Amino acid sequence: MVPRPHRIENVRRETHDTYTFDLVPADNAPSMTYSPGQFNMIYVAGIGEVPISISGDPLEAQATVHTVRAAGSVTKVFCGLKRGTIVGLRGPFGTSWPMREAQGSDVVVVAGGIGLAPLRPAIYHLLSYRDNYGRLAILYGARTPHDILFPRELEKWRGRFDLDVEITVDSPGEDWYGRVGVVTTLIPRAHVDPTETVALVCGPEVMIRFTVMSLRDRGISPQNIYVSLERNMKCGIGLCGHCQCGPEFICKDGPVFPYSRVEPFVRVREL
Amino acid sequence: MGTLDSILAEHPFLKGLAPSQIELIAGCASNVRFNKGDYVFREDEEADRFYLIRHGLIALDVFVPQRGPVTIDTIQEGEVLGWSWLFPPYRWHFDARALQLTRAVAFDGKCLREKCDKDSRLGYELVMRFSQIIMQRLQSARLQLLDLYGDTTRK
Repeated sequence: MVPRPHRIENVRRETHDTYTFDLVPADNAPSMTYSPGQFNMIYVAGIGEVPISISGDPLEAQATVHTVRAAGSVTKVFCGLKRGTIVGLRGPFGTSWPMREAQGSDVVVVAGGIGLAPLRPAIYHLLSYRDNYGRLAILYGARTPHDILFPRELEKWRGRFDLDVEITVDSPGEDWYGRVGVVTTLIPRAHVDPTETVALVCGPEVMIRFTVMSLRDRGISPQNIYVSLERNMKCGIGLCGHCQCGPEFICKDGPVFPYSRVEPFVRVREL
Repeated sequence: MGTLDSILAEHPFLKGLAPSQIELIAGCASNVRFNKGDYVFREDEEADRFYLIRHGLIALDVFVPQRGPVTIDTIQEGEVLGWSWLFPPYRWHFDARALQLTRAVAFDGKCLREKCDKDSRLGYELVMRFSQIIMQRLQSARLQLLDLYGDTTRK
């Protein structure tokens, strides 16, 4: 329960309101090990604590990487912090993307907006162990071209011959010659075999709901669709109940769930 | 079956149509090509065609004064462009512009409407297919309106 002091080793500006931080233990001990999909509770002294997914490569042990969007009171302060600042970390918490269960299958990764950040460790894993998986497709939707996260990496992945990357924006600028429309429009043409596909989905919950509908229309079973949910997490360890969604605690039973498990609850407005 | 017939028979939009129906609509079809930057149609022109995109990407634009053309959607390979040919007053509502070299099969709307008037079964099949597309595009447009990735702290 006690946050472990971490030093901000590096800050990278991804978009106008999103930054990636490399955090290392302040006592120079080895960085934590984690699985793709897990999160940490990040404490900013005097301000508060927020759950942020780890967005780095689990095989790179030097730092714990987090991509943060300045959306609330804690994250707005966090995004203004400089190299050398100390923050507290508790974790890693939660369930991970089903990298082992997906072996042998085609995998489609569907990300919306900042949702690409929690999926990035899964993508790193898929590419590090490429031979263990069938066809791979990354489908990404952003608000505008200026909001596309990790554009250089997306370009690098798109240049590979063993992976499909498709990107769309809701609202293009003047110099955008790519696809326009919501990310669900990319699903019908993803080059995967629906009967042998595992889908990993992360983004705003409305986007998740409609993405799941489109994936099911393609013939992908809800048991093979995994989603990362986000609710108001406070303790991160299943004690306070703030993140409870029906019988599930997002912090300890999630945040990654097979959709079939949470489907009865995500549509209940009171939850 | 000619070459165009076999292209049409394999297209997802026309899947399930009887060979005789494919042959009927192929009679109103032709291959077309647009270079990057070409306009396929402009707003308020007569909507006398629709297109099955075989390769390339088309932007659907609205011209906004002081902003210029604003792209609201893109139509890609395998998709259908245009449904205004089905409904009076048969005028286009947007501009359609090729974002890259695009090849398509163009269908003469007047020719098809006449054939559908004579063959109501064919008419029903086409209207059902277009209804599906219209529904999907409306759903996508509604999602776009939500600005899902915008500032979630705004009330």
